[in-house]
Amino acid sequence: MYPANFRYTKEHEWVRAENDIAAIGITFHAQKELGDIVYVDLPKPGASLEKGKALGSVESVKAVSDVYAPVSGEVVEVNDALTTTPEKLNEDPHGEGWLVKIKLSAPDEIKQLLSAEDYQSYVGAE
Amino acid sequence: MLSAIGVNSLEDLFAHLPEEVRLRRSLEIEPGKSEYEIIEYFRARGAENASDYASFLGAGVYHHYRPVLVDTVVSRGEFLTSYTPYQAEISQGTLTTIFEFQTMICQLTGMEVANASMYDGSSAVPEAAMMAVRLTGRDRVLVSRTVHPEYREVLRTYALHQGMPVAEFGYDRESGALDFDDLERSLDGDTAAVIIQSPNFFGIVEETRRAAEIAHSKGALLIFIFTEAVSLGLLKPPRDADIVAGELQSFAIPPSYGGPFAGIIATKEKNIRQMPGRIVGETKDTHGNRAFCLTLATREQHIRREKATSNICTNQALIALMATVFMTVYGKEGLRELAEQNLAKAYYLARQLPMRFSAPFFNEFVVSTNGRSPDEINQALLEKKIIGGLPLKRFYPELEDAMLLCATEMNRREDMDTVANVLVAQEAYAK
Repeated sequence: MYPANFRYTKEHEWVRAENDIAAIGITFHAQKELGDIVYVDLPKPGASLEKGKALGSVESVKAVSDVYAPVSGEVVEVNDALTTTPEKLNEDPHGEGWLVKIKLSAPDEIKQLLSAEDYQSYVGAE
Repeated sequence: MLSAIGVNSLEDLFAHLPEEVRLRRSLEIEPGKSEYEIIEYFRARGAENASDYASFLGAGVYHHYRPVLVDTVVSRGEFLTSYTPYQAEISQGTLTTIFEFQTMICQLTGMEVANASMYDGSSAVPEAAMMAVRLTGRDRVLVSRTVHPEYREVLRTYALHQGMPVAEFGYDRESGALDFDDLERSLDGDTAAVIIQSPNFFGIVEETRRAAEIAHSKGALLIFIFTEAVSLGLLKPPRDADIVAGELQSFAIPPSYGGPFAGIIATKEKNIRQMPGRIVGETKDTHGNRAFCLTLATREQHIRREKATSNICTNQALIALMATVFMTVYGKEGLRELAEQNLAKAYYLARQLPMRFSAPFFNEFVVSTNGRSPDEINQALLEKKIIGGLPLKRFYPELEDAMLLCATEMNRREDMDTVANVLVAQEAYAK
């Protein structure tokens, strides 16, 4: 369920880092809890994200939830496709449903995040 | 009951209060009155009102006819006693009227979406400004000095703790309209929105498109404010604006010592998620019938708490319903005729008076008192059972010998002639 090369947070975000670029998204568990996602509010390229601060929000038919930056850095790419197809977040949360890509400013922060195994046991069996 | 809660006397309940703050005498409240005496009392107080006076006072609150149908509808228990629907789906009647309201506000303003109403026009202005801040990611707003001075005061109050700097730009001293050079000078890349009002506080119809072009050239939004909703029956809808905020008091809402009124916010559909307040949407029920529901409620304060788009707004349902009935009674053609009547009366009066500004106006205009005190003129008018205009010095020190007059469909020709005589006669006397 949860890719082993990703890192996770207890707020249900994932990070996939390659060198100093990291993609950020929300987990399968998060999208399942939120229900049908109808709107995604994302930062603009160039915005700087601080670990633990809200980077945007995800709106489902039930609630609007903030998405927190799992790591710090500068936004280099935003998944604009989500503007017209927010349902990608439900269909493929770990792939096409990625939210932003950032240039890491403190790559060591990644090490503090949960492994796939730890996250899996944190959310329990699904 | 005292023994049940474990005290010996009533005095014990107040024992923690220091002696010096306690009142050791009776409250000196008059003894109770009978129902008959109460009615007599209020009848006498009511008779102190200047209710049979003609009024030429506008400045944000206008004297218009209220169709009798308005009170017939709003006094129905189903509307009068119900609170804004939180169990929305069972309140189809209320939702229907709110949906109609939103639809008519969109038709009136040329916008694509309107919310279910705001407290009033003045509080709709900072809500629109904060909306622009969220939409642009910038924090400064630039407001015209011809926006209602009290609306600007409310804006500054909201802005104080929002980290939202508010700057002002001026008006052309000859025309009374926006000073576009000053606007261009004052506008910068940090400006989230330019806020203008039309007709402006002096009654003058502003060039909305030109203001929008200037705002947009620097990436700012244009917020269009109105205080006199009747003007929208005749003037071009403010389609060039990004957000429209305004006051509906003109639509059958009694002045009532200053409120409650009802405000609006309307915008383009792409901005809807940053619009404060609630929105009623149209949907289908399980049988496929047309039905209404609350939509985007996930961004409202009872769900999103401190992260809501606004925590200082409401759906002013009953008062907004007055405006809804008013718009229904008049209709598109009726509202246009009403606006034309206002325009005709205002120009009839204005023609006889020394005008301060040269730009076209709707039903309000500024007259020069040519060295005479506006208060003195108003006193002379009061003796003739006429409420005069607003002396402008209080809000505009540079307009010391000027007053703002308003003429609506409620003003008779003979009263207008009296106003002209008093104003011109006093002028002659001064010479």
